[in-house]
Amino acid sequence: MPALKLHNLRKVYENGFEALRGIDLKVEEGDFFALLGPNGAGKSTTIGIVTSLVKKTLGKVEVCGHDLDHDWVHAKRCIGLVPQEINFNQFEKVSNIVLNQAGFYGVPRRLARKRMEVVLKQLELWDRRNQVSRRLSGGMKRRLMIARALVHSPRLLILDEPTAGVDIEVRRSMWEFLRRLNLEGTTIILTTHYLEEAEQLCRNVAIIDRGRIIESTSMSELLDKLEYSEYFLEVRQIPPEIPVIPGYRIEVVDDHTWSVAVPKHLGLNDLFAGLSREGVVVVNLRPRSNRLEQLFLQRIGGNKHLEQAA
Amino acid sequence: MLRYWIAYRTLAGKEIHRFLRIWPQTLLPPLVTTSLYFLIFGALMGPRIGPMSGVRYIDYIVPGIVLMAVINHSYANVVSSFYSAKFQRHIEEMLIAPMPSWVIMAGYVTGGMFRGLLIGALVLAVASLFADLKVVHPVLAAFMAVMTSLLFSLAGLINATFANSFDDISIVPNFILTPLVYLGGVFYSIQLLPAPWHTLSLFNPILYMINAFRFGFLDVADLAIETAFLIVGGMTLALGAMAWFLLYRGVGIKH
Ligand SMILES: Nc1ncnc2c1ncn2[C@@H]1O[C@H](COP(=O)(O)OP(=O)(O)OP(=O)(O)O)[C@@H](O)[C@H]1O
Ligand SMILES: [Mg+2]
Repeated sequence: MPALKLHNLRKVYENGFEALRGIDLKVEEGDFFALLGPNGAGKSTTIGIVTSLVKKTLGKVEVCGHDLDHDWVHAKRCIGLVPQEINFNQFEKVSNIVLNQAGFYGVPRRLARKRMEVVLKQLELWDRRNQVSRRLSGGMKRRLMIARALVHSPRLLILDEPTAGVDIEVRRSMWEFLRRLNLEGTTIILTTHYLEEAEQLCRNVAIIDRGRIIESTSMSELLDKLEYSEYFLEVRQIPPEIPVIPGYRIEVVDDHTWSVAVPKHLGLNDLFAGLSREGVVVVNLRPRSNRLEQLFLQRIGGNKHLEQAA
Repeated sequence: MLRYWIAYRTLAGKEIHRFLRIWPQTLLPPLVTTSLYFLIFGALMGPRIGPMSGVRYIDYIVPGIVLMAVINHSYANVVSSFYSAKFQRHIEEMLIAPMPSWVIMAGYVTGGMFRGLLIGALVLAVASLFADLKVVHPVLAAFMAVMTSLLFSLAGLINATFANSFDDISIVPNFILTPLVYLGGVFYSIQLLPAPWHTLSLFNPILYMINAFRFGFLDVADLAIETAFLIVGGMTLALGAMAWFLLYRGVGIKH
């Protein structure tokens, strides 16, 4: 049984803007799923409909086998949401925010207290439980939203850019936490603009652009589609002419840097052999961008051309 | 059902906590204002005004002032709390949870009623320092106070769902509610009013509520008591249905 199934989801906002134009999506139970897309693609709108914050115009949502229209009590109980923007009461104490959320889900007070302690400890907020939430740092506020989303032990956790504006150390510990949570059985759907995050964490991925799913596949299959990888080479003694090495495309970036496109089937050995022959000394090599990022840009770019042609 | 009960208790408890926590803003001011009413209109000017409907003036104005406090504070509590939940977006904590609209409505209304009735009781306690309190029909008076606070809590909720700014939550209280309350016979019997004003007053629903509430205390009335129950009952049903519908459809809270 899929944890989430969307069928022909459409959304037209009151101002007439068509944010979703027929989304079909299936996320299996236990999956760690990335929903990727550029700004304004419709990620938050999709999540909003799934979590009952946005009214759908058309289509069907099924959560853990429960239809959101007809069996909304069970459907809602399965979901935990970490929204894109801070939405807790800034004047409320940390512990109360989590406890009240549990209460809204109908968790009895005693159990709620236990769960509150567990999630606040897991997210390293236990020491802050008596603080007014406004006083938390940005990263702590994000963690508080994760704790709040988990207090009723949902089977499906949806996170809308949970690590936006979070420093790298905290981000990594959040990844670790989410990975563990997923291993323990919670299905996770994540949107992010840090593609490294999606690549590291997620097994399956959908790319949404202008209200349509343009790709839905496994992360490894998606990465396989990457035709070439790009690298920056830092070189010493730049020769007057750029060497021509068959199969590779080299461009000058600045006095010491070249950028090289390496086709997947060629690898790096021939490149270095060729450069050595030409007497080029390479002192450093780094990927030009993360692999998924390249792919993403290729896809989104491709889609743009299609739109223009249509 | 148990889960709904837990959700309701959570919300109602949160609402009651909220205004108790900020008591210097919510409980103290009405006590100061109403003490001044009793002092100026009752103790200082009352003897010169003389009896109203055969009752000492200060005793006459107590029920109206109490009900005025109930009306204002039931309304104010719900309109400001619901609007700020909407504005700060923590209303979303309830929208994502399996809470039916009527539970959300009941939670907010409970908070409003609690504050309105608590302040009403406190004002009554203050009044006892100035006036000679007696309650001839206590059940009737209590019932009227409860119904009135319910009605105005619902009205505050409806105002808040439509409100898009902090201005929108003060327009109705300032420009509609306050005039209706003052013209609803808090300080006078409408028998004293000349022709057009007397008739016009009869279109003011608050007049009937104050009249019935006062009857509960003093056993004097300008108008039939039954009318008050019909009006309050009818309006409560209408506003209750409207508030539920607005929440159910997510008006003002869901895009
Ligand atoms: N309430 C609204 N009324 C009208 N249009 C809206 C509303 N909310 C969102 N939109 C539009 O719908 C589109 C999709 O927005 P959405 O927030 O779903 O994008 P997103 O993929 O989450 O983007 P981001 O990565 O920036 O968060 C955008 O063009 C946005 O301007
Ligand atoms: Mg978004």
